[in-house]
Amino acid sequence: MTAAVVETEIGCPSGLEPPAHGVSIDPAPFVRRSNGLARLDLAVFGAKCAGCIRKIESAMNALPEMQSARLNLSTGRLSLVWKDGAFAPKEIAERLDAIGYRAAPFDPEKVEQESDREGRRLLRSLAVAGFATANVMLLSVSVWAGGGEMGPATRELMHWVSAMIAVPAALYAGRPFFSSALRALKSGHANMDVPISLAVLLALSLSLFEFFKGGPHTYFDAAVMLLFFLLIGRYLDHRLRLRARAAARDLLALQAATTSRLNEDGTLTSVAARDIVPGDRLLLAPGDRAPVDCVIEEGSSNLDMSLVSGESAPVHAQEGTSLYSGVLNLTAKLTVRATKNVDASLVADLTRLIEAGEQSKSRYIRLADKAASLYVPVVHSLALATFLGWMFLAEAGLRVSVMNAVAVLIITCPCALGLAAPAVQVVATGRLFRSGVLVKSGDALERLAEIDAVVFDKTGTLTYGKPRLANRAEISDEALHAAAALARISRHPLARAIVAEAGPGKPAPDAVETAGAGIEGTIDGAPARLGRAAWVGAETAAEDDAQETWLRLGDAPPVRFRFEDRLREDARESIADLEKLGLEVEMLSGDRQPAAASIAQRLGLKTWRAGLKPQQKIERLDALKEKGVKVAMVGDGLNDAPSLASAHASFSPGSAADASQAAADYVYQGDNLAPIAETVMVARAARRRMLENFGFAAFYNVCAVPLAALGHVTPLIAAIAMSGSSIIVTLNALRLSMGARRKS
Amino acid sequence: MTAILFLLPIALLLGGAGLGAFLWALKSGQFDDPDGAAARILLDDDLEESDEEEEDPTP
Repeated sequence: MTAAVVETEIGCPSGLEPPAHGVSIDPAPFVRRSNGLARLDLAVFGAKCAGCIRKIESAMNALPEMQSARLNLSTGRLSLVWKDGAFAPKEIAERLDAIGYRAAPFDPEKVEQESDREGRRLLRSLAVAGFATANVMLLSVSVWAGGGEMGPATRELMHWVSAMIAVPAALYAGRPFFSSALRALKSGHANMDVPISLAVLLALSLSLFEFFKGGPHTYFDAAVMLLFFLLIGRYLDHRLRLRARAAARDLLALQAATTSRLNEDGTLTSVAARDIVPGDRLLLAPGDRAPVDCVIEEGSSNLDMSLVSGESAPVHAQEGTSLYSGVLNLTAKLTVRATKNVDASLVADLTRLIEAGEQSKSRYIRLADKAASLYVPVVHSLALATFLGWMFLAEAGLRVSVMNAVAVLIITCPCALGLAAPAVQVVATGRLFRSGVLVKSGDALERLAEIDAVVFDKTGTLTYGKPRLANRAEISDEALHAAAALARISRHPLARAIVAEAGPGKPAPDAVETAGAGIEGTIDGAPARLGRAAWVGAETAAEDDAQETWLRLGDAPPVRFRFEDRLREDARESIADLEKLGLEVEMLSGDRQPAAASIAQRLGLKTWRAGLKPQQKIERLDALKEKGVKVAMVGDGLNDAPSLASAHASFSPGSAADASQAAADYVYQGDNLAPIAETVMVARAARRRMLENFGFAAFYNVCAVPLAALGHVTPLIAAIAMSGSSIIVTLNALRLSMGARRKS
Repeated sequence: MTAILFLLPIALLLGGAGLGAFLWALKSGQFDDPDGAAARILLDDDLEESDEEEEDPTP
């Protein structure tokens, strides 16, 4: 192996993630400097395996004076420290781009760290509660087992040690619940944390009181065990939310983009998109996205307009053409003049639409919250009734009355309820993860279980969204390899399709690309041209020449390369599967009428619409919503992101634009659509399990409350009931994944 | 019965040591990158660059 060989393999070596190319952003404005050292945190996308870590870290360590480069694979965060001034920060982005990874600067003040702190707090509380539960249980069991044989002095010692452990542990581990309960009470309503906090605090103070009176029953073990079980549920829930937030980070990164500004004197400054004002002249290199809406002043190039239309076939643009922000420059350098600032530009509009959609989703009331709103008043009135009954009807005295009321609170405390939903969600997400579907929020499962209709975007979702060579049989191997040698230098989608067909190889050494025309070079001593029919000197009969390209090799007659966007192999079956599940299927496309019509016909779709703008797609979804139809949206383009966010539930393929993946509830990997129907089935099964769990929790309370109210519950019974119900709920949740294993 | 006088502290000490170890691990960043830690074990970065190329099997 010699160093002269061009590295053809870019991106993740495991093939888990397609390589990104041509979207390097200058991170210079985000570098933090202190003591002669420069620090930078980048969000790296597409790193999936050990090979990625090595590629990225060794590429970074090869930079001069790099002191530390470390990639966090879980969060995708690359932390760099180097001696300030050793090289321009842009080199970092260029190197990452060259090895096939996309990077965006981390805005250090952004949410990420805060959420992580919350997770650590929960984990610490969980550890403390676990420690206390195990040890106090050890002591309590000996008291219960000791029964008549244990002398009061020994029992008192046991209680004393229990109190020493349980009181500080419960006060520490209960903080997440106490603070949330306080917040809820301050704003004048009660959430699930109110009865939890009340039960824990009452159990602790009652036990302390009993302990000082030398009584036989204390509830120290119940107080900490309750916290332990509930913290498990809370932590699982938090983990799910964290994953959702990590996905949303992509969208923030898109906004942290920087651009090169052309100054009056011809020099370049790197500016953040938010600092661009209308009238600024900007330089767009191939691979850059327009940061704001702008108009071309100089140059001509092919552009990827998929942000607006959803179609990835490139459009040729020259001086005077207006560009929307987010448009990707593919082939040549452009000088543009900004016409709007970033807040007025299209990307900002899309972001606002996405946020609006997400807000409407956040108003969704989860099953667990519905259960809680029923549960809180019932339990509190039951406890109060118990207290009043014992106090005034049975005239049993204050101590017994309080003891029994607290027993009601403890035994009804929502251990099973707190675990019921998170346990099911974690098992269901785990099962979907194994089939290549990433679930981004817990309530997404609940929402998906309710849908009545599925709406598909066309390009990139029902089809591959990428052109593929359609007439391979008509082309000789020689012509294909000659074309590929030229095509390797280009980012044009048709060129990429030829390279994909030909496989790895070397690019032609002197190949040059002309925007809007094609690529020119020398192959085996003969001049060669690959590009538009007119430029190559060929006659074409095609009405839409965006889907073909021609090769002329020396004096030989030109060879035609025809491309088409193919339907995904299992599109038809997947749609049939969804219809079998009782769902309506519909297609919304930004593409022209005839193209959409032919696809709809081949799939046997009855309802479809074509030529829609992002706003119109949302309008269609809203119209369905008004009719009472709950819709799941499947889409991949940036232009679909707002409709993904506003749909009741949404899917996006792993190949989709980052903003779409961020807006969708589910991201599925692979080339097939089959995961969608499977996800719907899992979501419905998960909802059934959750309802069963709530049903069980209700049944358990119906049995346990009378016992507690009548004063028959001892700490031993409370402990058995509490752990027993939690275990049953968890086992029921695990059935979800056992079903999957039997099936496979 | 005097046995519990030293058995109890021992049990608590052992439990406390486990809790302390976990909190230390959490604080020192052991759980920051679980995916990365699982992947890094596969890297041969302790081998010299030349060794690696010699081992590279050329088909």
